Amino acid sequence: MTQTLHPTTTETTATSTEERRTTIRRSSDRVLPADRPNTVSWAPREDQQEGGPAASASTATVPALAADSSPDSTPASAARVRPGSLAAVGSPAVRPPAAAHLSDEQVAELARELDAVRDDVLSRRGASDAAYIRRVIRLQRVLELAGRGCLLNAQNKVAWVAGTAMLTFAKIIENMEIGHNVLHGQWDWMRDPDIHSTTWEWDFVTPSTAWQNTHNDLHHRWTNVIGKDRDVGYNVLRMDEDEQWQPRHILNPVINAGLAPVFEWGIALYDLELDRVKAGEKSREELMRDLRSVGVKAAKQFAKDYAATPVAAELLTGSGKAALIGTVVANGLRNIWAHSVIFCGHFPEGAETFTEEMVEGETRGDWYVRQMIGSANIDGSKFMHFMTGNLSHQVEHHLFPDLPSNRYAEVAPKVREICARYGLPYTTGPLLKQVGSAWAKVFRLALPGK
Amino acid sequence: MAGLSLIKRMAEALLHPMTPQDVLSLLDPVHSSRQLRGVVTKVTRPMPGSVTISFRTGPGWRAHDAGQWARIGVDVDGVRQWRSYSLSAPAGADPEITVTDIGKVSGTLVRTTKVGDVLFLARPEGDFVLPEEPRPLLMLTAGSGLTPVMSMIRTLVPRRPDADVVLIHSARTPQTALFREELEELADQFPGLTVHHHFTSESGRLDLTDTATLDALCPDWRDRAAYACGPSGFLDDAEHLWATHGPTGPGALQMERFQADLTGGEAGAGGLVVFEQSDTEVQAPGDVPLLEVAEDAGLPAPSGCRMGICHACLVPLRSGQVTDLRTGEVHGDPGQLIQTCVSAAAGPVSLGL
Repeated sequence: MTQTLHPTTTETTATSTEERRTTIRRSSDRVLPADRPNTVSWAPREDQQEGGPAASASTATVPALAADSSPDSTPASAARVRPGSLAAVGSPAVRPPAAAHLSDEQVAELARELDAVRDDVLSRRGASDAAYIRRVIRLQRVLELAGRGCLLNAQNKVAWVAGTAMLTFAKIIENMEIGHNVLHGQWDWMRDPDIHSTTWEWDFVTPSTAWQNTHNDLHHRWTNVIGKDRDVGYNVLRMDEDEQWQPRHILNPVINAGLAPVFEWGIALYDLELDRVKAGEKSREELMRDLRSVGVKAAKQFAKDYAATPVAAELLTGSGKAALIGTVVANGLRNIWAHSVIFCGHFPEGAETFTEEMVEGETRGDWYVRQMIGSANIDGSKFMHFMTGNLSHQVEHHLFPDLPSNRYAEVAPKVREICARYGLPYTTGPLLKQVGSAWAKVFRLALPGK
Repeated sequence: MAGLSLIKRMAEALLHPMTPQDVLSLLDPVHSSRQLRGVVTKVTRPMPGSVTISFRTGPGWRAHDAGQWARIGVDVDGVRQWRSYSLSAPAGADPEITVTDIGKVSGTLVRTTKVGDVLFLARPEGDFVLPEEPRPLLMLTAGSGLTPVMSMIRTLVPRRPDADVVLIHSARTPQTALFREELEELADQFPGLTVHHHFTSESGRLDLTDTATLDALCPDWRDRAAYACGPSGFLDDAEHLWATHGPTGPGALQMERFQADLTGGEAGAGGLVVFEQSDTEVQAPGDVPLLEVAEDAGLPAPSGCRMGICHACLVPLRSGQVTDLRTGEVHGDPGQLIQTCVSAAAGPVSLGL
């Protein structure tokens, strides 16, 4: 008699040979997957059955349940167990001045309230959110294709303007509302390999994985902690009063103005972490590996916009030069926009920085506090929020980096109300004011003193 | 061919990091560079609480053999869920599944599927298939166990004049018997097919505890290659009957079993954690993140923020479920990538690490 068994063996081989090469960082405990998980592992292999025929025997190696063999295991409850090194109650060595009036109990209560805000969104997240991101991706692709299509006939002025505009919008939407947020894992819950933090590659020079390391982990964990969050000044600008002034800082405004139109190249360079190589925290081999991956990505990005598109335009309509100008302008405008939005996140007046003492012994509530008072929002229309990838809700994004971006707007009033009740600053302002405020800081800190 | 590949290269250069499939998917959602897809072409509801869905498939699909099943991914509340369904269309044809509402995924399919919807697919699998050499066949099916056998009948009966198939199908009532009209028409049209419907609401359970039923309905049952598909009890009876009174030998009785997914975890339970790639097993408590369990076992697990925000520590779950230490929620389906820094074992767990 034969019973049919799912031939899981073949697929097991496929995924078990899937290499997840890992590199252990010296002098730090971070280990990063150099390769993303093979997408083979997406489809479940041990099958769940419902209404269909199935394996007659499950795998023979099902381990026995042995909960009683671990006597210290306690039931996991949201209140008792929070992951990582952050405790639920306690106090940091120093609480930031803006939160110094809060007691340990108040900070713990604040954490519970913010957890509840997050849990509330999670309970309602579903098909409408999934439909939203798919709609945005579709819109972005149509804009990108239409824009690039117009540029193929860029000698026509209308086609050039329309093409450049559409390509600019497409690139901004791809980087901000789609790329940044997908790479945060905001859409991982859909379990769709086409829209996932492990598979998404964005239209930006720096490779997704390199950026995820410096941004998702380092920046978001250590937000605005001087000496830990390298995003404070990106190693090239003096963006904090407590940073020792040096003569080179006189160039702050020049460097910042020069950085804006080539922002994507700046970020690619930044993600190589040359300062950490110099300090011996990152090995030469790791640097070479990163250089290779950024080299491949940069070549493809460069070839697309500055070779393939103009060449195709030249061959089809003789408008290669106009097409090249179009792609340069589109990339430049996107860079300036991204730079402006990102500088509004933590540098405007009101957003605080922190010392390492303030994160020593930090509780979960203190972590939340630091995210809120270290970030700054931008007020504006729905369209503005969309074009910033909802980074205009920087406070909410820093509290809940992996909640879907389309939900930040509804979270914002609750967070603002909590801030008001606990006497914490909630920094926000219109776009021009926030951009101006960040730039004022760039100029102010070019000079010695505060 | 050289020209085609040049065009493809050119398209890739122009589109990076988009792929040509991403562009094609704007026109026809069946395209994807990462997963097999199908687009629903026809939806019929043969009776309340069930649905028959036909779909066309995208590049990469392999046509099924009669009797095979495929895993099908369905978005339920925005989240991709995978289940296996028998393909009831004839071999080689565009696939068709018939689904009865018995759970979350099947319920969604029954209630919401419409023409144009996208389904996510894995290639057809299974060796519950027709014999290679022509032989007289006996099909024993109950309820939706008819679906793989329907593919065999549709494949064999109209195409082979020498087909000799007896189908004994058990359903609750005439109204709930799947494919009843089609089967009766086929039986009228082709002498090679004999159909016996058994309705449990009228005549009780189809009795396979002794040979009487088979002797009456299909006297030469011992000379036929038998295929059985249906609920567990039904198949256990058939298995026992063949073991005690029936023929033995390869292909004497082939069975395909239903099996419900019962791998639910328990919050805080802990359990044996198997790291499959590393060939390591560890007993883990229910409140320690799997990342720490892996590291304590000396495995180089990917990690990042250690507080659930950066998604650097994702590892595929192979089996079992995990507790989200932030919310206490127990979750996990095979193949799902889980955040090991905020997930603990909720019972026995296997990980692709």
